[in-house]
Amino acid sequence: MKVSYYPGCTLKTKAKNLDDAAVASMAALGIELEELPRWNCCGAVHSLADDDLIHQVAPVRDLIRVKEQGRDKVLTLCSMCYNSLARANLLMRDDEEKRETINLFMDEEMDYAGEVEVVHFLNFLKDEIGWDKLRDQVKVPLNGLKVAPYYGCTLQRPRDVAIEPPGRFELMTQFLEALGATAVHFPAADLCCGSYQILGNPDAAKDAAATILEWAEKAGAEALVLSCPLCEFNLGKKQGALFEEEKIMKMIPTFYITQLLAIALGLNPQVCHFELNDQASVLLLKSKGYPIEFERDAA
Amino acid sequence: MPETAATESAEQRAPKIATGDRAILPEGARTIPIYVMGKKYDVPETLTIMKAMEFAGFKFIRGAGCRGGICGACPTVYRKAGDYKLHFGLACQTVVEPNMYLTQIPFYPANRTSYDIEEIEPTAESIHALYPELFRCVACNNCTKACPMDVEVLDYISALKQGDIEEAARLSFDCIQCGLCASRCMGELPQYHIAQLARRLYGKYVAPRAEHLRKRVEDIESGKYDNILKQLLEMDKAELERRYGEREREPDLAPPGEWKPKEIQYL
Repeated sequence: MKVSYYPGCTLKTKAKNLDDAAVASMAALGIELEELPRWNCCGAVHSLADDDLIHQVAPVRDLIRVKEQGRDKVLTLCSMCYNSLARANLLMRDDEEKRETINLFMDEEMDYAGEVEVVHFLNFLKDEIGWDKLRDQVKVPLNGLKVAPYYGCTLQRPRDVAIEPPGRFELMTQFLEALGATAVHFPAADLCCGSYQILGNPDAAKDAAATILEWAEKAGAEALVLSCPLCEFNLGKKQGALFEEEKIMKMIPTFYITQLLAIALGLNPQVCHFELNDQASVLLLKSKGYPIEFERDAA
Repeated sequence: MPETAATESAEQRAPKIATGDRAILPEGARTIPIYVMGKKYDVPETLTIMKAMEFAGFKFIRGAGCRGGICGACPTVYRKAGDYKLHFGLACQTVVEPNMYLTQIPFYPANRTSYDIEEIEPTAESIHALYPELFRCVACNNCTKACPMDVEVLDYISALKQGDIEEAARLSFDCIQCGLCASRCMGELPQYHIAQLARRLYGKYVAPRAEHLRKRVEDIESGKYDNILKQLLEMDKAELERRYGEREREPDLAPPGEWKPKEIQYL
């Protein structure tokens, strides 16, 4: 089975660990992720200005690329890409006046009216593969790994593009349980990671990230799982600095959902690019004694 | 009106008479109206925009270069009467059409950053650091629509955002640096300069080296040709002419790859 896949710019550069692990895992599950031809940036942040239609052009153009392929579905992974594609899609589906303006402006492309469905990776796993079948495919059950499912802002907000109703965290919970891990619930699952404040107001962003990690630790989690490169930057890559600045007292290694999936499916850890995570992530997995060949990491 | 349509199609059926550079038109040649910077000129229907403008009395001291569609000096913007679309072309390549409204945009300001190609790394981050405005792209696609060389400009800009220098170099290969993309960009990007940086990085660091070139440069540096070059420089004109006349040359109809010269000491 082939599925149109929109990776997003960051997955091709700084978050290759999210991308490669996704493609390899899906291949192991019999799904070929077919990267869209000629895709462009999704726009990254959905513009809230009511008349700012030019910033909808980028995501709409990507959705047109899906339609051109004759596909009715596009799978995506990054929380930001998912959010901006899904919201632009709703706009094109529901707002006749704006749809017409955008279609008139993009007169070199075919008309678009929201025909494509934007699907997040987790929903695809649940609906097209199913948790039971996924459980059957697990070769390295992540027994004893206590993981806090972290959603951040854009997977559940706003309500009409939420991957599941806001405030419920069943998708990641069931995902983690299918992999053999233990989902640890904590009250910060949908708090903001600090987002782009890390550039303009880094202290505020660090405080936001520290709060999340602290709650995860208090709840008894050993690790955090997420699907957004920006969240990973604030909570993962910056975590060492948070620890040194004593904003947190304990490291809580972070993983992308696709990294845990690839490991549980018994794939070569190279597809996970752990070199792009803080080293605490791979150390935690090693400490668990799972039968994983990490040797080639050194090469 | 149907009558006009009939007349037009009759006109279209009439053979076109090529006029070349002639200022006095041959019998049977017809003229069409074009509008240069808003003023109407009747010009022979077979000319390129550049020739038509010269026919009309314009003299190019800038904005014309190779006249062969590759130097990028004569980008031109035009509309046709009754059509909202902007059209783009090179004045030296595009044939005039009746009622085209045109202006040449030989130069458009676009910043080019300076860098030392020896110092920068062949990574997307290098390009992002030198041209941060890359991320102002909103994928409006005006650049691609403006390109007279049919380069997929938006696609190479997207490739660079995705960190793919090789793809950007490949997609931008036909760029002639005319600047029309930059003139239309709502994000104010200097696309063609960014693409040139991508191709330079690709050429220097990514593409495989040409072995035969390396060997020839080595030969030159080792002094293999110093002596013969010195002799040539010291020869008088008569001797040079004699040598030129007597030189060995490949026969015009020799099958490719089969002819070999007798003198091979410098090969």
